[in-house]
Amino acid sequence: MIQVEHLTKYYGDHLAVNDLSFEIGEGHVYGFLGPNGAGKSTTMNIMTGCLSATEGQVLIDGHDIFEEPNAAKKLIGYLPEQPPLYLNETPMEYLRFVGEAKGLRGTALAEQIDAVIDQTGIREVRNRRISALSKGYRQRVGIAQALLGDPRVIILDEPTVGLDPIQILEIRDLIRELGRTHTVVFSSHILSEVQTICDEILIIAHGKLVAFGQPEDLEKRLLAPSEISLTAEAGPKPVKAILSQVAHITDLSVEETESGVTKVHIWTDHGDIYEASRSIFFAFAAAETALLEMSLKKANLEDIFLELTENAPTEAIPEETASAGTENPESEESEAAEQ
Amino acid sequence: MIAVLKHELKSYFHSLTAYVFGAFLLVFVGLGALIYNIQSAYSNFEFVLSFCCLVFVVIVPILTMRTIAEERRQKTDQLLYSLPITTTEVVLGKYLALLAVYVVPLVVICLYPMIFAQFGDVYLPTAYGSILAFFFLGAALMAVGVFLSSLTDNQGFAAGIGVAVILFNYYSVSLSEYVSQSTVGSVIALLVVILALGALIRYLTKNTNLAYGFCIVLVLALTAAVYLDNSLFEGLLPRIMSTLSLFERFYVFVNGVFDMTAIVYYLTVIVFFLFLSVQSLEKRRYN
Repeated sequence: MIQVEHLTKYYGDHLAVNDLSFEIGEGHVYGFLGPNGAGKSTTMNIMTGCLSATEGQVLIDGHDIFEEPNAAKKLIGYLPEQPPLYLNETPMEYLRFVGEAKGLRGTALAEQIDAVIDQTGIREVRNRRISALSKGYRQRVGIAQALLGDPRVIILDEPTVGLDPIQILEIRDLIRELGRTHTVVFSSHILSEVQTICDEILIIAHGKLVAFGQPEDLEKRLLAPSEISLTAEAGPKPVKAILSQVAHITDLSVEETESGVTKVHIWTDHGDIYEASRSIFFAFAAAETALLEMSLKKANLEDIFLELTENAPTEAIPEETASAGTENPESEESEAAEQ
Repeated sequence: MIAVLKHELKSYFHSLTAYVFGAFLLVFVGLGALIYNIQSAYSNFEFVLSFCCLVFVVIVPILTMRTIAEERRQKTDQLLYSLPITTTEVVLGKYLALLAVYVVPLVVICLYPMIFAQFGDVYLPTAYGSILAFFFLGAALMAVGVFLSSLTDNQGFAAGIGVAVILFNYYSVSLSEYVSQSTVGSVIALLVVILALGALIRYLTKNTNLAYGFCIVLVLALTAAVYLDNSLFEGLLPRIMSTLSLFERFYVFVNGVFDMTAIVYYLTVIVFFLFLSVQSLEKRRYN
């Protein structure tokens, strides 16, 4: 559906997007994840034709966004980071304008407006001025605008930023619902959000794609080592001897808590954590030593995210990397948003 | 384009802008008609228009200041970029809406000569010829206003610069009598103009080399021209100033001449500034 090839964007001397390539298929919800200033907004702006690229190509269903902008843009509904609303109009007037600009006329226009108003739940505010609406409703009007013209791809840039928790949940539900009938691409710097809504995740850091896959796959496959702690009914020496036969263990620390009981902390390699714990279990069983307790600590997306975004080449300001893990909806990608 | 046009028209007529603009224009033309046609009993309606054209200094910036600057401030320009319409369509739609707002009071003004014709001998061809030229004069100034609005996201700034530019244009003929007639004066003035153009190019394209290249080529051309034919520059500056004046060409119509070159000149100015506005909008995609 969307092909992005070798996309590069410089703002003056600042490299915002660095040779980004990926492909997005039909259907599903895709999440762009990355710290502030990672180049998410810039990438989205380029994908939707709002911004030019320094180098590279974006194809929307085979239409180049720079060569055939109108054909490509007809397939996309876009909600920028700040919903582009005419504040002194009502949602009805606003949607009529956007619909007409997208080439809808007459009854088709009326029907579509009616449909998106229901879909986004703005029926009761449709004749109020947008300036009088709450942020959540404004966001919905923005999404309604993107849905007009029945585009196959919907691109939402940080749709939940600045909303209260209830509004965030509502918008997430809406995105999930849209994902059933459209290809949805949305960006966020909030991990849990992406984790809960998305079928596929693209992690972007410092303008580069650092990971792409399903959330579980990313957790399972990627990098971050997992940890196992166990308590065994034996002294430190026999425990060490038993564990030395087990594969997948990269490091361990042993500590005798009381006589005859040893606590062990094990770091495994990047393989399957259950594989490691199974081997440990059978090794102790074979030695007829009781395992009193065993707990697994799986690497989660958060660890992967932190590791990936911190390890990427540092061209961005360190501050931005530091705020990567903290969920801070206040700070915006001001640099990227400014064109 | 139709969508943008309709949208703009709706916003003009839903807000006070269109009415303030129309009222201002009609009040001034009404005053002019009162002074010239009724009190002084001239039968020439064109004198009224020539008296009134100073009003453009105020009303054109009022009308044009928000066209593009406001989109930028509200960040709705992002919407326009992402919609399947071209930048040219956006600018044309906005410009045509401006013209529509402008035409409404002009239609009312078109009635005046006919009313006066009921009470005396009014030479209608010059009256309507002048009204047509008045329309083109306003249209050209609006194109300039649209361009100025596209340079900034601050309406006030757009309006201020608009007033300054139109006022300068209005007085440029009178000023041209005071500026230096000498070759040196003209050359210096041309140098300043070249540098200003270079600065504008640099601002619009963010390409320093292009701006320097442009300046160097023009300066070399200027030097060559001075070297080859010195007399060419005698009194050039005043000539240029009066040639560029949009208002000066309008007075030709007031004097009873229907000057096709002036119409062509106005159309050129309109196309040129709308083109610049499109480029200015496009540039935002490329910075």
